[in-house]
Amino acid sequence: MSANTWTIAAARDALRKGEISAVDLTMSCMTAMDAGDDLNAFVHKTPEIALDQARAADQRIKAGDAPAMCGIPLGIKDLFCTKGVASQAGSNILKGFKPEYESTVTSKLFDAGAVMLGKLNMDEFAMGSSNETSAYGNAVSPWRRQGSDVALTPGGSSGGSAAAVAADLCLAATGTDTGGSIRQPAAFTGIVGIKPTYGRVSRWGVVAFASSLDQAGPMTKSVRDAAIMLQAMCGHDPKDSTSADIPVPDFEAALTGDIRGKVIGIPKEYRMDGMPEEIEALWQTGIAMMRDAGAEVRDISLPHTKYALPAYYVIAPAEASSNLARYDGVRYGHRAKLAAGDGITEMYEKTRAEGFGAEVQRRIMVGTYVLSAGFYDAYYNRARKVRALIKRDFETVFAEGIDAILTPATPSAAFGLGEMSDADPIQMYLNDVFTVTVNLAGLPGISVPVGLDAQGLPLGLQLIGRPWDEAELLKCAHVLEHRAGFVAKAEKWW
Amino acid sequence: MAIDTDTARKVAKLARIRVEEADLPKLAGQLSGILGFMEELNEVDVTGVEPMTSVTPMRLKLRADVVTDGNIQPQVLKNAPDAREGFFAVPKVVE
Repeated sequence: MSANTWTIAAARDALRKGEISAVDLTMSCMTAMDAGDDLNAFVHKTPEIALDQARAADQRIKAGDAPAMCGIPLGIKDLFCTKGVASQAGSNILKGFKPEYESTVTSKLFDAGAVMLGKLNMDEFAMGSSNETSAYGNAVSPWRRQGSDVALTPGGSSGGSAAAVAADLCLAATGTDTGGSIRQPAAFTGIVGIKPTYGRVSRWGVVAFASSLDQAGPMTKSVRDAAIMLQAMCGHDPKDSTSADIPVPDFEAALTGDIRGKVIGIPKEYRMDGMPEEIEALWQTGIAMMRDAGAEVRDISLPHTKYALPAYYVIAPAEASSNLARYDGVRYGHRAKLAAGDGITEMYEKTRAEGFGAEVQRRIMVGTYVLSAGFYDAYYNRARKVRALIKRDFETVFAEGIDAILTPATPSAAFGLGEMSDADPIQMYLNDVFTVTVNLAGLPGISVPVGLDAQGLPLGLQLIGRPWDEAELLKCAHVLEHRAGFVAKAEKWW
Repeated sequence: MAIDTDTARKVAKLARIRVEEADLPKLAGQLSGILGFMEELNEVDVTGVEPMTSVTPMRLKLRADVVTDGNIQPQVLKNAPDAREGFFAVPKVVE
């Protein structure tokens, strides 16, 4: 098998044994990356940086100073600011923007010796569930329905990350998750994606969408890889006041395979009306796997689940309208051409109309409305109160002894690009129905590929953990992954 | 709550996004749909519930009030659409 198809764990071991060099591993990924242009996953390639980093990694490996991520070729979501490399957040308003600084996450990964192959496609400002709002055009899933050549979405907003990992253009990728943007694309493409506890990973240098919800995490080919890469991304950062100053355990060491006696909660509210039978069947399969592994399965209730999506679509746009006020055509990015007599207000209005896409404009305006005088209490404050109740639901079941919660990751398999274009925006928002609760409550959640639907497309289950207990969550996910034995790969057409 | 075109115009103005008159009715319709979806929140009894402010119960750290960087004017201005003589340049603000 060519090296670009390897897991991080396999590559790490091969690098340390001297069976391959970081340069050869990187070249293998660069060849796959260049052959994968039809997927539109990589939108800015950085081959020179990659080879420099790979050569430096080889030196460190030779010197015996090789952290687990040393020499591992990664794709980086465009939302991360990378010094001297285009970082557009999938938006035309940041066209040409090359940060003068490096995000904490990419700094930590590079300090650990990781290699950056390039920047990955995403929904504009991470607002979308299908990668169709990107200024770069759609990212395309490597997966297709059996006997069909209809182009499918890799999910969103981390669609480029999901497509690149699933198609073996890189060993793993960074993603970010505000309402499900790591877990939904991971589920759509048959890979693993974890959103850590809010505060586990620094947000510094990650273009902000909704600051109380955003978290970065790894998107990988296995749970073990997620543990290894998350380890390198975590840790306290004085530059992010919400980053937690608590020890980071050894996540890989937690993968013991033993979940006997663990209590897995099954929330009845996640059984939605009109949910496809295949999703219900997949969920039951997952429940049986956890039980077979010696876990106790218990029915639980999270009564405010239904209100998570409307609460999210108040809070996230409200925060976004404030965060995106900075794109004004003054300090960076796009500035509209002005007509004679235009003043500064016209400059703002024209710049933002030209630079932001339709979905981003819509969310900024929704956020502006719910924060405006007279509506702040009715919408924003009410949503924040409902958010407190959603969090309390989780606290209650955890206090009753639940170790992790098992749910579907998405309400369906991947849909076709363009299939939702005529639907009203709410239909697209429903993609996040199983994932947003986790962001609102600040909890860790992981998506694990468990099966294929009747058309041969991947389906995933989500495990939700206690705050700061990614180690136990990864342990449960590892058992689920092992029992599910998901090995399917997209048949290569690109 | 239904949003009319006047409200849509006002919201666009507050958000500093130019929306052409012809596009306002469609925008108003979409905003109404999204806000209608939010009305579901009115079913919830939130009596006595404090609005959530912090995701995790932790004290935000204060850093020492000292200068940690600076003298990087060229880097600060590097990405500006229009920078002149060490400043960001914008259209005339005051007549």
